[in-house]
Amino acid sequence: MSSRPSWIRRYIFSTDHKIVGLQFLWAGLIFLLVGGLLAMVMRWQWAHPGEPVPWVGELLFSESNGAVTPASYTGLFTSHGLMMVFFAVTPILIGAFGNYVIPLLIGARDMAFPRLNMLSFWVTLGAQCLALASILMPEAPSSGWTMYAPLTSHYDSVPGHGQELMMLAIFLVGVAGIMGAVNYITTVLTHRAKGMNMMRMPLSVWGLFLTAILNALFIPVLAIAALLLLLDRVYGTHFFEPAVGDPILYQHLFWLFGHPEVYILILPVWGILSDLFSYFSRKPAYWYRGSVYAMMAICGLSGLVYGHHLYQTGLGPMLGTAFEALTLAISGPAVVLFVNWLCTLWRGAIRYELPMLFALGTLVVFAGGGLTGLYLGPITADIYMHDTLWVVGHFHLIMSAATLMGSFAAIYYWYPKMFGRMMHERAGQLHFAGTLVFAILTFGGMLVAGYEGQGRRLFDPFQYEFIVHLKSVNQYTTYAAFGMGLFQIIFAINFIGSLFWGTRAAENPWGAPSLEWSTSSPPPTENFSEEPIVCNGPHELGNPAVREALGKDWIGQSEVMP
Amino acid sequence: MSHHTINGHDAHVAHHFDGPQHQFDSGKLGMWTFLAQEILFFSALFVAYIVFRYNHPEVFAYAHKYLDVKYGAINTAVLIFSSLSAAWAVRAAQKNQQKLLIACLLTTILCAFAFLGIKYVEYKHKFHIGTVYGCNFAPSETPNGTKIDWPEAPKGQCRALKASEAKIVVEPPKAADGTPLEPGSPEALKAIAEADKNSTSRYSQLPPPNTSMFFSIYFAMTGLHGIHVLAGIAVFIWLLVRAIKGHFSEAYFGPIDFAALYWHIVDLIWIYLFPLLYLIH
Repeated sequence: MSSRPSWIRRYIFSTDHKIVGLQFLWAGLIFLLVGGLLAMVMRWQWAHPGEPVPWVGELLFSESNGAVTPASYTGLFTSHGLMMVFFAVTPILIGAFGNYVIPLLIGARDMAFPRLNMLSFWVTLGAQCLALASILMPEAPSSGWTMYAPLTSHYDSVPGHGQELMMLAIFLVGVAGIMGAVNYITTVLTHRAKGMNMMRMPLSVWGLFLTAILNALFIPVLAIAALLLLLDRVYGTHFFEPAVGDPILYQHLFWLFGHPEVYILILPVWGILSDLFSYFSRKPAYWYRGSVYAMMAICGLSGLVYGHHLYQTGLGPMLGTAFEALTLAISGPAVVLFVNWLCTLWRGAIRYELPMLFALGTLVVFAGGGLTGLYLGPITADIYMHDTLWVVGHFHLIMSAATLMGSFAAIYYWYPKMFGRMMHERAGQLHFAGTLVFAILTFGGMLVAGYEGQGRRLFDPFQYEFIVHLKSVNQYTTYAAFGMGLFQIIFAINFIGSLFWGTRAAENPWGAPSLEWSTSSPPPTENFSEEPIVCNGPHELGNPAVREALGKDWIGQSEVMP
Repeated sequence: MSHHTINGHDAHVAHHFDGPQHQFDSGKLGMWTFLAQEILFFSALFVAYIVFRYNHPEVFAYAHKYLDVKYGAINTAVLIFSSLSAAWAVRAAQKNQQKLLIACLLTTILCAFAFLGIKYVEYKHKFHIGTVYGCNFAPSETPNGTKIDWPEAPKGQCRALKASEAKIVVEPPKAADGTPLEPGSPEALKAIAEADKNSTSRYSQLPPPNTSMFFSIYFAMTGLHGIHVLAGIAVFIWLLVRAIKGHFSEAYFGPIDFAALYWHIVDLIWIYLFPLLYLIH
């Protein structure tokens, strides 16, 4: 090896995928906090519209005596959505886990393009800073996270340069996402250790790999949509101007990215869940190939269902029906995946350790999110439900509850690998119970209010007589959301505290066969002291022959049977 | 050409690769993935083009006449030739022909500059006569050079949307008895509409409404393509410097191969842009 690189090259401008992954994790968690706080202020408005927001009101809304104003309210829900989707969940799930986990799990020394990897993080961080600057502007972006034209394409409709900064930030985070996607795809296809054929990869890698493919396919479409919107707004072109161009075109381009984005965010979670259920049930994952094919099928279908976001915007009955059929068809492979999980758990020797608790919690909220989504696929039901809190509750169950609890499962699972220490068990259990209960109450409350007809994005819903009786539901939902927020403090303390005071992690604390546990924690720069040669599948658990030969119920992927 | 080696490890192979072949295969796959993404990037613009042309075929039939097929054709030839020289550079590197390699890279760079130079001439002319994107679209002449009197819009309003008030600067249409009709009067407009039924009418040369859309999509597509050409120039200059230093050989020519692949896609996109924008009937 050449001389030891400087501290800055090792920890700041590092090309080591593990450092880049951790950088993504920290950056994502910080923006998760920002997005979460925005949600809390928004929820206050739904419980006590027009009343001063406690603690932060005077600081944020000094001109209105601490109460949320209509303008700042639109800014709140727009910023919350954009922050969470693009600048918090994406960096955590894809940036952090993709980077940290992929090379370790396939037995590679690093990503295929380490410098591109580093660049991807720094572009993401730049985009995050731009996004933060944009919501701190006097006129924050306030067009809704979808940024529909012609609302956004006219400066006067949504005034302020915050909107433009946000469009630029989204374009940049898209560029970073494409860099990551190119890197992940190449790494998985060319950097697997000897013997690690595709069907021996842990399902976590499959999930992240398929996510990267979707990213490479659909982020470019979003990037162009954002660019044309920016041109309309700044240079006065008329791409999405009703009289000249076509505002519906924007919706097509946006949702052609936007719907796959749901799968982009949930596929890594699906993969991680599939592995965790196997490891903590001490059984091989049920029908491994079935799970792989199901995820592939969902990838294939994901770009063909986006039209269900446009039922109400002039799609026409013929296209609408086609999209309806395709949308409902996607539940086929999703159910295959789900049943595989249940069958993995069935009669397993389940260990209720922290990652497993969160994985099971994810299973519950994902089932809820999936089933409530069935109401939105058929046109007839969707026409009624569209733009109500039902939709908001549904997609939060998937895109907030499931992705976050899945991320927590992954963090608790890989924390000992990342830092060599365990997170505190009791605190983790408390965090789990609080998060699960309050997530279900929060998003369930939204479903109830939405089913009753409460529209989304209303500044003061109770101006409408038919919503007035839902005020108590809204208040309970708000307190549940506050509860969920408070329980995250436990996580933050646990996460940071365990860095210093956590018990030292055992070599393989979970008894998992995948390759990352065959090296030290945290792993050395090039991951493995000698290149692993893979001779087993990823879920070699509970094999009687192994137990007889080795006296344990698992065998590592690179471990040779004596 | 000697091999650069440090402790028996090829200097051009990064630490995380098994060997030069592994590095080359990874780079090539990465480049192909990136190019697939590039096609999807432009495809959103092509979709926009299809939608706008479907909605306003008359705009495209009219506005493309502002573009000079001669410039477009020369640029197409220049780019295709530069693709040849880029491909030849790969071959030269593979055969250790250092001088030929440098000459090919230099040719590619010069062709790219020539392309941008011609593009600059075209852009400049468009800004000069006012055939630009969005609200600023207010051409001072028709495609065949007849002057147009384009009304000034009040401050803050869109000039492009004043198209209905634009007039050809020629003598106004005459009534049946030979007296000139007052420009803009209902009678004059009716006479113009009547004359427009004849395709050779000089009045029919006025841009149809929404013509600015053609130039919005024109500048968006060729502009984005131009940025890709600029990026290509930067990459090829970097390669040229490395080639002069003698970095490339039959054992190590990956970067040239990948850059050439990228250059071919830039060329390919132009090959679609040229007929879609210049050769409309």
